[in-house]
This record gives sequence, C-alpha cells and structure tokens, in this order.
Amino acid sequence: MFAPRSAAVPNKERIRTVQSQLPLYPEQASNFAPNVDALMVYITAVCVFFALAITAAIVLFFFLYHRKKPDDIGAVIHGDSRLEALWLVIPAVLALTMFAGGAVVYVDFRRAPLDTLDIYVVGKQWMWKSQQPNGLKEINELHVPVGRNVKLIMASEDVIHNFSVPAFRTKMDVVPGHYNTMWFRPTKTGRYHFFCSQYCGTNHAIMGGWVTVMEPSDYAAWLSGSSGENANPVVAGEKLFADKACNTCHLPDGKGRGPSLNGFYGAKVLLADGSTVAADDAYIHESLLAPNAKIVAGYQPQVMPSFQGQLTEEQILSLTAYIKSLQSQPVPPTGAGIAPTGKK
Amino acid sequence: MSSIPFDKGNELPSEHYLNATYGIRSWLLTTDHKRIALLYLASVTFFFFIGGAFATMIRIHLLTPNGYLVTPETYNKLFTMHGVAMIFFFLIPSIPAVLGNFLIPLMIGAKDLAFPKINLLSWYIYLVGGAFVLYSFSTGGLDTGWTFYTPLSSVYSNSAVTPAVIGIFINGFSSILTGLNFIVTIHTMRAPGMTWFRLPLFVWAHYATSIIFVLGTPVIAITLLLAGLERMFHLGFFNPVLGGDPILFQHLFWFYSHPAVYIMILPAMGVVSEIIPTFARKPIFGYTFIAGSSIAIAVIGFFVWAHHMFLTGESAYAALTFSLLSYLVAIPSAVKVFNWTSTLYKGSISYDTPMLYALGFIGLFLIGGLTGLFLACLGLDIHIHDTYFVVAHFHYIMVGGAVMGYVGGLHFWWPKITGKLYPEMMARVAAVTLFVGFNLTFFPQFILGYLGMPRRYHSYPPEFQVLNVMSTAGASILALGYLLPMIYLIWSMRYGRVAGRNPWPATGLEWQTDSPPLTENFDVTPEVTWEPYDYYNRPDLGLEIKGGPQLTPAHGDD
Repeated sequence: MFAPRSAAVPNKERIRTVQSQLPLYPEQASNFAPNVDALMVYITAVCVFFALAITAAIVLFFFLYHRKKPDDIGAVIHGDSRLEALWLVIPAVLALTMFAGGAVVYVDFRRAPLDTLDIYVVGKQWMWKSQQPNGLKEINELHVPVGRNVKLIMASEDVIHNFSVPAFRTKMDVVPGHYNTMWFRPTKTGRYHFFCSQYCGTNHAIMGGWVTVMEPSDYAAWLSGSSGENANPVVAGEKLFADKACNTCHLPDGKGRGPSLNGFYGAKVLLADGSTVAADDAYIHESLLAPNAKIVAGYQPQVMPSFQGQLTEEQILSLTAYIKSLQSQPVPPTGAGIAPTGKK
Repeated sequence: MSSIPFDKGNELPSEHYLNATYGIRSWLLTTDHKRIALLYLASVTFFFFIGGAFATMIRIHLLTPNGYLVTPETYNKLFTMHGVAMIFFFLIPSIPAVLGNFLIPLMIGAKDLAFPKINLLSWYIYLVGGAFVLYSFSTGGLDTGWTFYTPLSSVYSNSAVTPAVIGIFINGFSSILTGLNFIVTIHTMRAPGMTWFRLPLFVWAHYATSIIFVLGTPVIAITLLLAGLERMFHLGFFNPVLGGDPILFQHLFWFYSHPAVYIMILPAMGVVSEIIPTFARKPIFGYTFIAGSSIAIAVIGFFVWAHHMFLTGESAYAALTFSLLSYLVAIPSAVKVFNWTSTLYKGSISYDTPMLYALGFIGLFLIGGLTGLFLACLGLDIHIHDTYFVVAHFHYIMVGGAVMGYVGGLHFWWPKITGKLYPEMMARVAAVTLFVGFNLTFFPQFILGYLGMPRRYHSYPPEFQVLNVMSTAGASILALGYLLPMIYLIWSMRYGRVAGRNPWPATGLEWQTDSPPLTENFDVTPEVTWEPYDYYNRPDLGLEIKGGPQLTPAHGDD
C-alpha cells in the first residue's frame, strides 16, 4: 500500500508524504469530526484576525512614534468612550457566536440518539475493558461498525479515567461511582488510537489502544466468529443474581422483601419519600452499592446489604444487563413500587 | 543610543533601607515591607529554580517517544512537583509578595503596610508551608498531578501526598494574610491627595488580586485538607467507596484554582499598565476601564470554575452556563489589551528593557487569552480538553503572561529596589531570547494538542515526536533566557551604575523618593496633586513639555 521511496515516486506523492509527517489535524472519522473542525476553523480565523491586527498596530506605533529626542513626551490622550464601547460590544458579539456554535455541537454530543449500539466500557488502572452487546469482551481494543450510532456506557473500577478518540473528536471522563456515556457515529473504516486523557497514575500514558471501525458485514462476522468464548452478559448476570441470593428477596411477583425487577429497568419508580427516580444504569449501580439511598415505596430500608467491594464494575454491568432483559416479562398486577404511568 | 535621558552621575543616598541596620537578625526579624519583599524574592526564586529543574528534565525526557530519561513513576512525580512548586510557591506569591509588597506602600505614599508584623508572619508561614512541600518532594515525591484529583490522591497514590497537602494548606494562610494586608493598606493608608482614581493601576490590580486571595484561598485550603483527611483517616468525602463523590472535589478545587489563574495574571497586568505609559510617556488610555476590568475579572473569575469539568458528566445545562460565563470573562481581558495598544498611539516610545517585556507580555498574553476562547467553546473542548493544547494555553498565560510581567517588573523597579542599573544591552538580549524561546517551546504544543496528544504522558506515539523535539529545543533557549537576567541582575547589585531617584523617568510616587528608599520610605508624607501617568503637568520630571504646563482633565472619558 505504501509507495516505496524511489525515484519512480511522482512529486505529488512525495509532497503528500511530507504532509503526513507533519499534519495539523487528526483524521476525521466520526460524525463529530467535521463539526468540531469547523468550530476550530471559525475561532482560529477570528483569533488570527485580532492577533494580527493588534500586532500590526503595536509594530506600526512602535516605528511611527519611536522617541525622537531623549526628553520628548507623548501626546495627552486620556481615552475615548466610543472606542471603549466599540471594543466591549464587538468582542462580546463574536464571543456569543463562538458560544452558540460550541453549544450546538456539545448538546448533540451529550444527547445520544435512541437507536444506539450499546457497548460497555470499564476503565481500571491501567487498562480498558469493553464488552459488546453479545458479551464479547476485549481489552484495549474496541470494534465498532461504520455508519452505526454507537454509545459507550462507561464505568471505572478505581480512579477517574477518560476515554478519548482524537479521530472521532470525542472524549468523556470515566468516573468511579458514576456512569458516563459517550456516543459517536464512525464514518470511516480504519484503526484509530484511543487514549486515557485523565491522569490516573503510573501507567496513564500507556492506558490506551485502538478503535477498529469495520464494515457492518465484517463487524457481524467478527462478532459471531469470536462470541463463543465469552459469556453472554445476561447469562452471567442471571447466574450472579442467583449466586448473590438477589432472587430470594426480589421475587417476580413483588411479594418478596424487595421490589420485583420485572419491567423495572427504564420505569419511573416511586420512592419511599414520595419522589420518583428513573430506574436506569446509574440507579441500579447506586442501589447495589448504597441500597438505602433511594428506597422504593412500600419496602423497608436496612434490609438489603451493600455489595460495595463484593461486585466488580463488570459484574455490576452483567447484573444490569440481566435486569434489563427482564423487560419483556409482564409487570405483575400487584407490582408494588412501580408507578403505573411511568412505564418507559 | 542611550535610553536613559539624564545620567547625572548620581550617587547612592547615604542612608537607605538596605544599610539602615546590619546582621542576619535585622533581616529575619524585619518588619520593613521592602526587606520582606526581598526575603520573598529570594524564596520564590529558589522555588522557581526547583520547578525549572523539573521542567528541564520533563522536556529532555520527552525527546523520544518512549521517554529518554526517567521511569514512568519518576516522570509523573516530575510534572506534579513542577506544577506544585511553580504554582503554589512561585507564581501565586511572585508579583504580589515581591513587587506588591515592595511597591504598594511606596506607590500610595505610606510608610509601610497596615500590619507590618503580619506581613513578616506571612513570609514565615510561606516558609513552613514550603518546608512541608519540600519534605514531600524529598521523601517519596508526589505523583498526583498538581490538581490532586480524588480518589487518585486520597486513596490510590503511593507517594507523599499528606505532607504536600498540609504544606499547601499552611501556605494558604500566607496568601490570605497578604491579601488582607493589601486591602486594609489600600483603604486606609493612602497619602493626602491619593484618591482612588489617582491610584496606579498596579495598585488596582493588586486590590483585585487581594479580593481573590481572601475569598478564594480558604476554599482550596479546606479542600486539600479534606482530601488529606480522607487519605489519613478514611473519611468519605470524595471516595465513592466511602459514599463520597470525586466530582465534588473538582468543584471545590476549581472554585479556587480557576480564580488562582487571575491571581497570577492580574498583578502582571498591573505591571504592564505601569510600564507602558512610562515608556510611551503619555497617560494610559482608558484608566477607568483598565481599573474596572481588573475588578470585573476578579469577580467574574469566581463564576467560571466548572469550565474545567465539561467532560466529567456534569449537567449539560451547567456546562452551557459556565461556557457562557467563561466567554464573559474574556471581554475585560480584551478591553485591557485594546487600551494598552491605544496607549502607544502618538506616544514617545523607547526600546528600554521593561518595555520589551511589556510588549512581549501583550503578544504572549494575546495568544494565551485567545486560545482560551477555543477551550471555552463547548464543542471544541470535547476534543482539546486534557491535551497539550491546554498545556500550551495555560503556559502562555502563566509563563508568557505572568512570568514576563514579573521579570519585566523586576527590571522596571530594579533601580528602585537596589539603586543600581542593570546592563541595558544584555537585558534586551535576554528579553528577546525569552520571547523567542518561549514561543518555540509552547507553540508546537498547540498543534500537538489538536492532533490529540494527551497531557501528562511519559511516552507517546511516534507521530508526535517532531513537535516534541521542537518544543524541547525551544525550552533550552528559554532556560538561557532565564539564566541571563539572574546573572546580570546579581552582578548589577554590586557593579551596576547608580540609578538615581527616577531614571526612566516615571510619574508614580515611588519614584519621588530615594533609590533605594529610606526605611520610612519618604522624608515627609508626600501630597499628591497630579493625575496618574500625567507627563504634561509634571515639570519636575525635567522633560520637554511643549506649550508649557497646563491643567487637563483627569480622564477624557469620565
């Protein structure tokens, strides 16, 4: 693929080789890349204009008004209110345009579409683990299909990390005790660096890897070709649900000591204090580690033990996947605690 | 050509603050603000060289993709200790505690600061805090990053975090007391005729800085103490395993540490606002706007902290709010740059060293400030957050801005502080060397950042090497630019020409007294009858005033 360095290489090729050694921006490989680069070009243009204008003024004044005689003084000018108003207003207006442009891209970035391919990512000192929807696990690698909206649901085992893909122009902190999500739509097949961008200790600099963007058919083949060796997260979660004796209290009919989890994920749950909470990944995570924080209405506090330190983030993700899979089963008529109108 | 118009063969005054008393006790127990300023000068220079040595090792290490010099553990300690030494023990105290301490009483016509003993106490507190931090550096080092993010700092780090946070906690009281001292002094000890709007802009800048010292520093002190308590006693403030929230730490940390950037840059802006009218020999353009923008920066600066946290998963509404507020704080900064530039218009401009530093400051602060607009932009920050773009940006502000201002200010007031002039040609060479070396070091880092190289990396993919080598080459020039002034300034203390009271000449009150000044600053309390930076009505300066003295309104704009 790479042209050999010989006299036969046309000049054009050579120039391109030189440029690729000193690029100014990374490859554009996601839906965000052109928008972020457009912001970059706009703000750079405005800033270069002002920087050049002020530099030119300084250089010009420096030569025009250079001191001619050692005891000369300058003219008496104290200021000009119209000028001050002008250079208060113009920068303010330009700043507002930059703010607005940035806001549009950011809101798009923070609000994932509904049809995403969800991949779980766990950061720990100093490696990245990811898990495809079918349970396939990877370390320091991430395979995604081109043209598909992908959402990473990210958790940390220890300190704060940050999952950053320069070619996608996306990054997001991965915070212990929180779930952060990040979405993108790869637009170009290829292999791209990802990095940990939040300093996380000794081997922070080597906590990275490669995102491989594949044609959907290749991705499907890759998924099916290697899924056998990995447990499906729903199956793993179901096993954990039994091993940790969750099933002794969370009975399907809601008559146990804990609320039923059938149809629980995604529902609006009425709490003991009268407020409601959306039963999402974060709520399940919190309820596992700090069960008394938000008690479902109709159930007693101080019943469920904390699983802090007993479950890894990956196990929590498996449990969440299992609870999510209970979605299809009917909500029992007496489903105490689940607000009737809030279903999805 | 000689830029010093009147070389009258000056002699040093027979008695001044340097020779009033002798012996080590007379220095260590002094309550003279000028001597305390020199004590600070020595101590912050010490920390500057410690931080600078770490920086040198960082840049050498990054010459090759796999790291040239040290292990990852050591590299992480180097950049952490570089940041801690430079920020908490050099940049924050540098201009306020050295130049501010020396000059504020002289500029307002007072004999000393309002609380001279507390001023000395501030220095001792600084030393105790510094000793704790040096203890941390020498017993295991510190590898948390200067930002001390939890739970890395409070749980996972194996380095000497506890003494470091205690040291910074203690050092905070030094800042608080200095700020308090300045505020009370500026309010109560101005000489007759020194109204608020006759104050030098240097004093306005320090007033704004002091507000941040007093309101912001307690927050960082308590935040780091909480992180220390979590580390020592496993109290759950920030560690999610103990029921805390790591994001809370970032809110508290940046509530101080963003305004701290303005602690570093506002005094430098004050220095530049003194130098430019002096070497353009005309009143500063838009006095009230420059003074007002200092206060505006100090106030708005308290409401932008969460722009460091756009990617922590904070609410998108919070991110929108903080992005907008961050753009607001850019406007008073822009106003200052426009006013400084306009001051040059129809001036009588000279190339003296302080002016070169001031113009260099404008150039570098311009780049530093403008690149802030990139980072405040939410959509763009997604990509450049935590990359070398940020590293380049804040070095342009803190080194290009604050340090250029500090070194320029040292040159400007060196004749007042020591009574001697430094060798002018050598000083100009050093100023240009600094400017060139600085740009070569840090400009390539903007490109590195946009290409995606994250900060705090001890090794990097090979495609980033060319720019890193450029940066290291620039750093060697930059180091030379710092060593030169160090050498010739010390040389000049003994061998420099005697400066006289007012060598430039400048209009401020501090130039009305001897160089070096008396311990009491002035023979008699001065009375101020002139407006700031007014060369036209100052026949006492001995300059040629066309059309003879006449009264002009203070500011055309108010």
